[in-house]
Amino acid sequence: MTIKEIADDNLQPKSFEWTDESQLMIDNTLKQYPVGRQASAVIPLLNIAQRQNSNWLPIKAIELIADTLDMPRIRVLEVATFYTMFNLIPVGKWFLQPCTTTPCWLRGSHEVMSCIKDKLGLFEDYATTSDGQFTLLEVECLGVCANAPVLQINDNVYEDLNYDLTAKLIQNLKNGERPKYGSMSNRQGSMPKDGPTSLISLKKSDGVPAWWAKKKPAAKG
Amino acid sequence: MPRLMIDGIETVVPQGATVLQACESVGSEVPHFCFHSRLSIAGNCRMCLVELENGSKPIVACAFPAEEGMVIQTKSDLALKAQKSTMEFLLINHPLDCPICDQGGECDLQDQAMGYGFHSSRYRDNKRAVTNKYMGPLIKTIMTRCIHCTRCVRFSTEIAGVKEMGMLNRGEGAEITTYLEEALNSELSANVIDLCPVGALTSKPYAFVARPWELKKINSIDVMDAVGSSIRIDTRGSDVLRILPRLHEDVNEDWISDKTRYACDGLKQQRLDRPYVRKNGKLESTSWSEALTTAALAIKNLQGRQMAAIVGDLVDAESMYTLKRLMNNLECPNIDCRQDGAKVGGNMRAAYLFNTTIAGIEYADAILMVGTNPRWESALINARIRKRWMAGPIDIALIGKKVNLNYDYDHIGVGPKTLVEIMNGSHSFANILNNAKRPMIIVGMGALARSDGSAILDTALKIASNTGMLNSGHIDNKKNSIPIKIWNGFNVLHTAASRVAGLDMGFLPHNDGRDVAGIIEGVKSGTVKLVYLLGADEVDSDFGDAFVIYQGHHGDRGAHIADVIFPGAAYTEKDGIYVNTEGRIQMGIAAVFPPGQARDDWKILRALSERVGETIPFSTLECVRSALCAEYPTFSTIDAIQPAKWGEMFGTSHVITDIPFTYPINNFYMTDVISRASRTMSECTEAFVLQRHNSTCLSKERQIDKSVVG
Repeated sequence: MTIKEIADDNLQPKSFEWTDESQLMIDNTLKQYPVGRQASAVIPLLNIAQRQNSNWLPIKAIELIADTLDMPRIRVLEVATFYTMFNLIPVGKWFLQPCTTTPCWLRGSHEVMSCIKDKLGLFEDYATTSDGQFTLLEVECLGVCANAPVLQINDNVYEDLNYDLTAKLIQNLKNGERPKYGSMSNRQGSMPKDGPTSLISLKKSDGVPAWWAKKKPAAKG
Repeated sequence: MPRLMIDGIETVVPQGATVLQACESVGSEVPHFCFHSRLSIAGNCRMCLVELENGSKPIVACAFPAEEGMVIQTKSDLALKAQKSTMEFLLINHPLDCPICDQGGECDLQDQAMGYGFHSSRYRDNKRAVTNKYMGPLIKTIMTRCIHCTRCVRFSTEIAGVKEMGMLNRGEGAEITTYLEEALNSELSANVIDLCPVGALTSKPYAFVARPWELKKINSIDVMDAVGSSIRIDTRGSDVLRILPRLHEDVNEDWISDKTRYACDGLKQQRLDRPYVRKNGKLESTSWSEALTTAALAIKNLQGRQMAAIVGDLVDAESMYTLKRLMNNLECPNIDCRQDGAKVGGNMRAAYLFNTTIAGIEYADAILMVGTNPRWESALINARIRKRWMAGPIDIALIGKKVNLNYDYDHIGVGPKTLVEIMNGSHSFANILNNAKRPMIIVGMGALARSDGSAILDTALKIASNTGMLNSGHIDNKKNSIPIKIWNGFNVLHTAASRVAGLDMGFLPHNDGRDVAGIIEGVKSGTVKLVYLLGADEVDSDFGDAFVIYQGHHGDRGAHIADVIFPGAAYTEKDGIYVNTEGRIQMGIAAVFPPGQARDDWKILRALSERVGETIPFSTLECVRSALCAEYPTFSTIDAIQPAKWGEMFGTSHVITDIPFTYPINNFYMTDVISRASRTMSECTEAFVLQRHNSTCLSKERQIDKSVVG
């Protein structure tokens, strides 16, 4: 478990103000809670602040949230440090979160990790490349175990990775492209790698969807 | 009222009680760390697991409500196994540094590990290490020892009202800290040291000083403010090493203020340990005999009216009484116990007491505070008001400078104008007081220690009468266990520990005598030629040409202007009666001997009376006390409040100026000779009052931490 460090003073911005867009979202969020229970909105507000500030939360943002919700600053900081989704130090444009929990590890998450190390030189948590483009954070289960190993980059999860696919993904990001998220081995959803292995006797007349009928059964009987 | 069976003993507990309280009611001890009766329930140490019959698993006694028909086993195999296992988990990351830990010998974890622990650990991996946190000049932190009971977080949030402490991160990375490692800015902050069940938060000034089994423990009374907190003085040899709170439900509960706790290092500094006489403009140490003779000669040459006596804020009742007897014998009417010039005192005792009592605050439903900053004038009364405020809706209003009191209040004015409006009924808060069932008014020294103080007191008394603060009206007593027969909502909040005793024995100018202001004037005009200062250091004058006799224990302002100095005893060095602001008679007990040639104050006065030729017939302290009690019977009942009868109003109307109220205390940490001499209190002043963040100290500390950890 990583202890989240708070960014040094020289990295902290001098001030933090809500943008109009954020303010609108905050107003809508606060409406969802009864009067006097605004503190319940602390997680949505942390999220809004983090999105507004290139994916990390400065101390000024914590204090602004505390003021907005009329709650003690330490209570906001407690929440921000509790959840791994909130970053308290600046992170790169691409925030790489490879999962190394047991299912991903069994399916080769070490390949993903070693690829990131080889291609980007990142192996420690919250390490950022010198160009400020990539930051690594090794995380626990992302809940996509059926498509292990997975790598979350910002809001999207890239699945079914291996060394080469990870390398390709990183190269794409370096080139300024945004690869389509989901399975990188062109697998449909969480379907078995080599096509369906069950319910294969179904016919189109049984109400089978069109894409299913197109698929050629891998094994019969 | 659920009835339940615990370890084969049947018990009935109040509705809403927890299983842990039920267990304690039959005397079954359940080990616990996070539970504290005055704090909210957290249930996070898991040490209090007990077996519930027909339950699927052990239950957490501190968080489980007691229900009808429960059968609880606290010593069954399952319960003991669960407790032992919890203890093993707690000890996984707890360092085995008891030999160098200041908590050693009075550590809950150490004690309970003896009772409920395994003989050795089965854990083979590395223990976690946590960097230490800065929490100000009073609290030393060794955070690796923390077991995350969150008592400190709950105390600072709920009782102290400073919401700056919390637990960051999660799981194995969890750390207790203050927001960005700022010092914990509360007058009650050091109570977290007592609450901490392990050695994570320990006392910084007391670090590595002594082991608890080396100490002699004396139960006594505090004099740093007029609350009169119950304290325990821990001494070794001739040194007072530390002061701890002692439970007194009606006064300080389990807490004491930081000044009470830490000013004791001032007892070793600046002490007067031998008599002095001024010769050729210079103070020279001398013998008792010469000092007494010099003083007696000066006294003998004068008429009664040419003399004056002022007593200070830390003086015990016996010494004051002896001085009063001496001054009476010398026919001196110029005596005063109000060195700040507060316009209080007189025949009506209820007009200068905190009549509601401190515990009574919890039943109030509207509070008007006049010229008082209770947070600094008596931190524990402020904590009671906060406790009341936390318990439910209450209207609190303050007239005076706006300050942070750690609870919400209406700031309705700055000066006497608002008070007069409330008296006339033209202010909206008058309605609130009228409609309240148990309204209170708290008048501070900021409102009374001024030239129009008696007029303001008169106004406050009228408000009390007008708004029904004084009737014995029906009190809904369903919720309360303490019966309050007569509600008296009129309160004066004193700042001096000796004040109420002085007023009770009438240590006041009489027969056209002079009060403090009059004495200062008299000295200027040459009518008053001798001033006897009994521990009075806060008088705003150097008494010009008058002959000044100073009797006290610290070389402070009074000693600097004195012509003769008699070294007296501090509150830890003498038995003495103190009366707190409620009028509660309390007895302090000597823990150590006075230093050097210093003596008990009443003995000094007795010796002087003999030299003067007006011998007071006291041979023992008991003689003084019996004479005092015979003359003033209120002093005869220790730890009791004699309810003061409400009498006639003063009826005198004076002119009220419209100068805003100022508060008597500008620096909570330095109010008297002891705290002014204390190094710890000067550090607190730097950190909290002057807000000077000691950055060099802080970074040095951090460097040391890193070198230890890394």
